[in-house]
Amino acid sequence: MRHLLSTKDLTRDEAVRILDIAEDMADVSTREVKKLPALRGKTVVNLFFEDSTRTRISFEAAAKRLSADVINFSAKGSSVSKGESLKDTAQTLAAMGADGVVIRHHASGAPQVLAQSGWIDAAIVNAGDGTHEHPTQALLDAFTMRRRLFPGESRGRGLDGVSVVIVGDILHSRVARSNLWLLRTLGATVTFVAPATLVPLGADTWPADISFDLDATLALTQPDVVMMLRIQSERMNAAYFPTAREYARQWGLDDERLGRLRPDSIVMHPGPMNRGLEISAGAADSAQSTVLEQVANGVSIRMAVLYLLLSGEREALA
Amino acid sequence: MARTVLQQADIARALTRISHEILESNRGANDLVILGIPTRGVVLAERIGGIIAGIEPGVDPAAMVGSLDITMYRDDLAKHPTRTPSPTQVPRQGIDGKTVVLVDDVLYSGRTVRAALDALNDLGRPRVVRLAALVDRGHRDLPIRADFVGKNLPTSRDERINVRLAEIDGTEEVSIEGSSIEGSGTDA
Repeated sequence: MRHLLSTKDLTRDEAVRILDIAEDMADVSTREVKKLPALRGKTVVNLFFEDSTRTRISFEAAAKRLSADVINFSAKGSSVSKGESLKDTAQTLAAMGADGVVIRHHASGAPQVLAQSGWIDAAIVNAGDGTHEHPTQALLDAFTMRRRLFPGESRGRGLDGVSVVIVGDILHSRVARSNLWLLRTLGATVTFVAPATLVPLGADTWPADISFDLDATLALTQPDVVMMLRIQSERMNAAYFPTAREYARQWGLDDERLGRLRPDSIVMHPGPMNRGLEISAGAADSAQSTVLEQVANGVSIRMAVLYLLLSGEREALA
Repeated sequence: MARTVLQQADIARALTRISHEILESNRGANDLVILGIPTRGVVLAERIGGIIAGIEPGVDPAAMVGSLDITMYRDDLAKHPTRTPSPTQVPRQGIDGKTVVLVDDVLYSGRTVRAALDALNDLGRPRVVRLAALVDRGHRDLPIRADFVGKNLPTSRDERINVRLAEIDGTEEVSIEGSSIEGSGTDA
C-alpha cells in the first residue's frame, strides 16, 4: 500500500490487515505510555482545505502516538486563501520533507490528483474529499462493528453476514460511499435508507439495497448495525425535504424506533451529531450507541494506516 | 544442506534446564513474568511457563506468561517492507517490580533484544530483566548477553539457523543451513 485514497481499492486481506494492526494500536492506547517509536523522524502534514476538527485531531493524535512530527496546514488564513494552487502547496510541502500528507479537500478526487501528480513523493491519505470517499472513517466504523459484534475474537475476521442499515443523506455522504465499498469487501450487506431526494443518481448500480422507508426496512432486515448519517446543513442549499421536523419523524432514529431494534443491535454515527434531527438524545446516549467508541477507534485505525504507509521502505513509484 | 543440531528431545531437555535455572536464579516462581518475543519466542515462553508450573506447585502459567511484540521498536523498520506487528499480551499483574524473563528462539545480533528492552520500558519498570534463548549463535552487534541458553552454536554469518516448533511448523528441530563453503561452519 502506497496511498490510502479509497476503500474501493482495498482487498479483503489488506482491509483485515489494517483492522488487525488497529487492534494492536488500540492496546497501546490503554497503556500508561501511549506512544510507539515506529515513525520517529517522519513528518506528517495535515493538509485541510475544509474545516474539520475531529478528523484532524484524530490524525494528529495518531501520528503523535507513533512519534511522527505533525504539521497542521489549514487553508483558512494560509497561502491557499491568497490563491495558491494545489500544485504549489504540494511542492512546498515536498520541499519541507513531508513523508505523509493527510488531505481533506472539498473537491472529489483531490487526493487522487496529489497522489498521481508527481508533485510530491509522499504517502497520501484521503481524509475526506468532496462527496467521494472518507476511507479512514469507513475503516474505523468496520473496526467498531467487528469489536462490538465479535467481542474478544475480532482478530483476523471480516464482517460476513452482518447486516448494516445506513440512514440519511446518501447523496452528499462520502462516509456512506466508503462504508459501502469496505463493508461489501468484508462480506456485510448494506441497505441505504433516505428520502428519494437524497439518493444520488446511479445509486441503483451500487451493491446495496435502497429504501425510502425506514420503519419498513428496520422491520424487514432486523439489522445488526444502524448507522445514522449527519444531515449536512452546510450542504443543504436546496430543499431536499420540507422541514427538519418532518425529516426527524420519517428518517430520524428516535426513542420509539430505538426500542424496536434488536437489543444487541448497535447504533452508529460518524459525528458531529444533530441531536433531535437524525438521532434522538436517547438513542445517542444509549448503551447500544458506539459514538464515543468510534472516536477512540478512529485514533487506532489512523495509527494503523499511518504505520502501514510510512514505516516500511518506500516502494518505488509505480 | 540443512544439518539438524537439536532434535525434539534435545529441545525439551534444554527448556527443562532453562526452567530450572530460571527458578534457581529467581529463588522460586514469585514475581516471575515470562515474556516471549513473537513468533517462536512466544511458544517457547509458554512451554517454559508450563514446565515451571509442573515444578513449582500452585503456579498458574497463564498468569505468568505473555508476549512482547517488538515490531514498532525495531531499528531497521525503514529498511524493509512494512512488517505486520503481533499482539503484545502482558499478564494482568503487569511487570512493575517483577522479574521479567525475555524468551527468544535465536540470539544473534542482539538488536531484537535491544528493541525488546525499549518496548518493556514503555510497559513498566521491572525489578530485573533476564534473557533466555534456545540458541545463541554468536555475532553480537550490541553489548547484550543471555542469562539462560539452550545451546551455544558457533556459526558463520552466512549460515542460517532454522528453529522449527511443533505448534507453528508442525515439526520440531533446530538446524543449520547454507554455509557457502561446506564444513566451514565452526569458524566462530
